[in-house]
Amino acid sequence: MPKIKLPTKSPHIDMTPMVDTFAVVLTFLMLTTTMRQPEPATVDTPFSISEKPTPDFNMMTFLISVDSKVFMNFDNGGDTLSKFRPKILDEMGTRYGIQFNDLERREFEKFPSSIGVPMANMKEFLDSKDANTRKNLQTGIPIDSADNQLAMWITYARKVNPNYQACIKGDSKTGFEVVEKVLNTLQDKNVNRFNLITSLEAIKINLEEIQQ
Amino acid sequence: MAEVIVEEKGKGGKKKAKKHPPRIDMTPMVDLMCLLITFFMLTTAFSKAKIMEIILPEKIKDPTKQEAPRISASRTLNIILGPENKVYVYPGSVKPEEYSAVPPVLPPLTDTDFSPEGIRKVLLERNRALFKKIDEFNQQVISGKIPISQDSAKVLVSQLKTDDDTGPIVLIKAYKTANYGNFVDILDEMNICGIARYTFMPIAWYEERMVERAAGITPVPTASATK
Repeated sequence: MPKIKLPTKSPHIDMTPMVDTFAVVLTFLMLTTTMRQPEPATVDTPFSISEKPTPDFNMMTFLISVDSKVFMNFDNGGDTLSKFRPKILDEMGTRYGIQFNDLERREFEKFPSSIGVPMANMKEFLDSKDANTRKNLQTGIPIDSADNQLAMWITYARKVNPNYQACIKGDSKTGFEVVEKVLNTLQDKNVNRFNLITSLEAIKINLEEIQQ
Repeated sequence: MAEVIVEEKGKGGKKKAKKHPPRIDMTPMVDLMCLLITFFMLTTAFSKAKIMEIILPEKIKDPTKQEAPRISASRTLNIILGPENKVYVYPGSVKPEEYSAVPPVLPPLTDTDFSPEGIRKVLLERNRALFKKIDEFNQQVISGKIPISQDSAKVLVSQLKTDDDTGPIVLIKAYKTANYGNFVDILDEMNICGIARYTFMPIAWYEERMVERAAGITPVPTASATK
């Protein structure tokens, strides 16, 4: 008897539903991700075992670069909607006798990353459109005891939003002297609770290890 | 827009248009989407930085009204972050009559490093009782002997730490050439070893001398040294 031969067909799978689901997932992920903004200075955060994620709201971040410049950032993430930034800038303006116009306030609000500009150059910084000029003006916030502008920023930021938590983001090679200065400034302003931003590193130790 | 239909007239033999359902090969598209999804998933999961909390004691602004808390010298362990990723350790405290003597009588420093064999061993040795308690508790939670949630387990661990009265009281100080990475590392060690009581303090001038002597640095006169 001749065997019944099935016609050999290439197995064709209909990919359309798969494409559909993928498209949905992809759109969702693309919409939910927040792109990380480039910081004015590259910082390699040190490692720790802490698994606590950074809060989304009420953060004031102090970025300390390797060359001991201090930058600060308010309104990360979700806080942008509350528009704290222009209010803080206004307070700083009244303190240092600088009048900012609406355009400059908008610029300050929109600026995507940390800012480390002395108040004397702030107007020039906000008015310039050139990214390079701006970069050159980011010389770090003065923290000397004679002209501690960082302390002023902290005071006014906490006046505008009392819930601000201090986060410190430093490079692991940053000298400790400048970090200590920032910590001291914060403590002078009665901020005693700090969040140090770190990268996760898993470490496990067991009891046998120490009982030897 | 009007559509112009051009009727093709077959010349001679009739060409029969093959009736194929228009099939597009989706495989490359799926591949590409797969890649993008993986990329986005990984970036969303990893971009979130972690934070480590530290609470420092309030500064004493008026020394006449407030007094520094007294702690027993036998439980005190001083850790000084030195230059070149070194860590110096000395127990107890230096009494005023010792450091103000000429020449000052200073205790020797033990130098270690951040390896597991270094500072962690020192800390675990002093903190053995508490660490054992915490470890046993965690083991029981993991194995399911104590059925409680993660959060309440954390609360109980911190309760264990508050109740503890045998572990060391660690005072962390930093020499001026230490770096920020060391600072985070040492705080991390505190968390790893389950140290209940630790704080960060400004370094005293005689401790700077001790580090300089141990590390073999010629002292540079600074403002803090003359205090």
